[in-house]
Amino acid sequence: MILSFKDKQLYPIKEKVESDIRLTRNDGLILYETSDLIGVGALADFMRRKRHGNTTYFVYNQHINYTNICKNRCLFCAFARDRHDSGAYMYSTDQLREILTQNKSDRLKEIHMVGGIHPNAPFEYYLDLLKTIREIRPDVHIKAFTAVEIDHLTSISKMSLADTINALKEAGLNMVPGGGSEVMSDRIHQKLFPKKMNRNQWTHVMKTIHAQGLTSNATMLYGHIETPEERIDHLIQLRDIQDETGGFTAFIPLAFHSQNTKLSHIPPTPAYLDLKTTAIARLMLDNFGHIKAYWVMLGEKLAQIAQTFGADDLDGTIIDEKITHSAGAVSSKGMSRDQLINMIRSAGFEPFERDALYQPVRKTA
Amino acid sequence: MKNIESIIDAVYQGKRLDTDAAETLYHNAPLLTLGSLANHLRYQKKPDPIVTFVVDRNINYTNICVSRCKFCAFCRPVSHPDAYVISKSALDQKIQETLDLGGTQILLQGGMHPDLSMDYYLDLIKHIKDRFDIHIHGFSPAEIAHMTNMSNQTYDQTIDQLIQAGLDSIPGGGAEILVDAVRRHISPNKCDTNTWLKIMEIAHEKGLPTTATMMFGHIETPSQMIAHLVRIRDLQDKTKGFTAFIPWSFQPDNTSVHIRKATAWQYLRVLALSRVILDNVENIQASWVTQGDKIGQLALTFGANDLGSTMIEENVVAAAGVKFRLSTNDMVRLIQTAGFQAVQRNCVYESKKVYESLNTNDFIR
Repeated sequence: MILSFKDKQLYPIKEKVESDIRLTRNDGLILYETSDLIGVGALADFMRRKRHGNTTYFVYNQHINYTNICKNRCLFCAFARDRHDSGAYMYSTDQLREILTQNKSDRLKEIHMVGGIHPNAPFEYYLDLLKTIREIRPDVHIKAFTAVEIDHLTSISKMSLADTINALKEAGLNMVPGGGSEVMSDRIHQKLFPKKMNRNQWTHVMKTIHAQGLTSNATMLYGHIETPEERIDHLIQLRDIQDETGGFTAFIPLAFHSQNTKLSHIPPTPAYLDLKTTAIARLMLDNFGHIKAYWVMLGEKLAQIAQTFGADDLDGTIIDEKITHSAGAVSSKGMSRDQLINMIRSAGFEPFERDALYQPVRKTA
Repeated sequence: MKNIESIIDAVYQGKRLDTDAAETLYHNAPLLTLGSLANHLRYQKKPDPIVTFVVDRNINYTNICVSRCKFCAFCRPVSHPDAYVISKSALDQKIQETLDLGGTQILLQGGMHPDLSMDYYLDLIKHIKDRFDIHIHGFSPAEIAHMTNMSNQTYDQTIDQLIQAGLDSIPGGGAEILVDAVRRHISPNKCDTNTWLKIMEIAHEKGLPTTATMMFGHIETPSQMIAHLVRIRDLQDKTKGFTAFIPWSFQPDNTSVHIRKATAWQYLRVLALSRVILDNVENIQASWVTQGDKIGQLALTFGANDLGSTMIEENVVAAAGVKFRLSTNDMVRLIQTAGFQAVQRNCVYESKKVYESLNTNDFIR
């Protein structure tokens, strides 16, 4: 732990963190307000090391975005297209098959697949996507379809939410990604994504997913119009859900990229905000196992530093990231396993190659 | 070997760090501990939460260079199709653009050209000073050594002539690592350690302010890097002539040194260590040009109090494949969103323009 804090307000929070006492909304706001970035980092680092020592997790994974056609048209999105727009696409199962067979590495452990809310693809299409992956990659974990997509699939499957989830499970789904909650605030919902499910619906879908025996991640899209209060309230809502279900595996702060969106006047997130949000997530989400530094959005350099600001996971190789890059991300579209290991080791952490469910693949010697 | 706590205590009590203690700290102190120590010393030296920057342009009068350092991607031989010596009209245009953009200085540097005479350099300065009211920060010790050798005179004479022609200050380039064993390997044709230091000493004695730099992350050992810092500190004790110190990491692309680039982690460690060792240097500059805007901002809490220059034009680092760009607006935003007041300064650290502060909610946004 750090020898002294520049901001004396952090000492009472330090006491709590050292005694495993849950932080309050007000504590969270103090952490956002302080200019003592290193102090906030040190608190998060203490909590991170208590849970994970100097281990940093990563996964050999691949991102697949089956379509960019989406009827939601959220203001912060640069990826979505209308059906007749140029550049609109939807993978057939043959195209998916082709993409999957391009990468032959037997190290692949996770497929992360999400897409737009397509206006008329039938439920069978989604089952076929899962079955195709399962057929070509019988051993990888399929992490697919955010709560928003699962809600949409329920509306086209003519089944209950629980039955829809079970049908997806049967077709090969192993885990659900954390996207789609954005910031759980009615104000932000109204302003930025009115056509998408609201926070109550998202919470209901997530709880049902967990009740059906699937784990999921959780995220927060920050750095647009939200206030620090709204961020902290978002984290507390996630913490409450987690108290009830225990179904969240990792929390991933998502740094907003504005290029090519309707919010393109908003500048990139400051590194201070990126690291604070990572650290505060670690500190507030005391019932979450893992906090990710998503290098696609933070950039490789800041993601490395985030390992000492509360993050214990660097996500993975990704291979071909599309969503953030359509909004102007300057990071690579993918990273080699070697590069990830170097990012971890050169910062004095120990790499731990995991699968989607955080089981060890092999301790990398 | 002293333990970290006692070393840190000693630094807090105002004791100077010796070489052994510096090595212990560099190898063993956690990143955040090193950062908070550097940040403490930064506020001791500069109590106000102000971050300064300068608006300038790098003008490279020639890329023809006989030095052919292994780490360089900018230099060309005389016969190369891309080889150039700048024309007066191009020079004038670049300077006028700089002034139009609110610039106050130019950084005038170039290769070690085999044929240019002393008169060329003196004429270059006079030409600028006759036409423009602009500060010339020009000719690193490596160039001064080269022009002195070419004209068979003493360093003293060369520097007198440059001052008389209108040179305002000397940049700290060409220092690389001030250890001859390293220099012989990476830049065998460039001035040696003693010459570099001697030229700076003479300049300081004649009242010419200079900066000092360090290029790390190539073949040097941590001990050699620390030796460099101690040499700068020793000369500063004697002359008080260094206005700022700027460490930056070697960029290996397009050079003949094939190594893995120093990570952001290493950069922040070296930066923080520089602030701790250089207890007699006022200003430590962040190198956003090599690190990007995110780590550039983060550097402000790891010991740096200055973001260097907006660099309307920069060619040397860009030639090595790294092209970060910042407008004055970007620079101000970077400073303000880290909670500091942004101040545009001139080359000798006098305030030129103070930017309005953001309110708290804006900066944590």
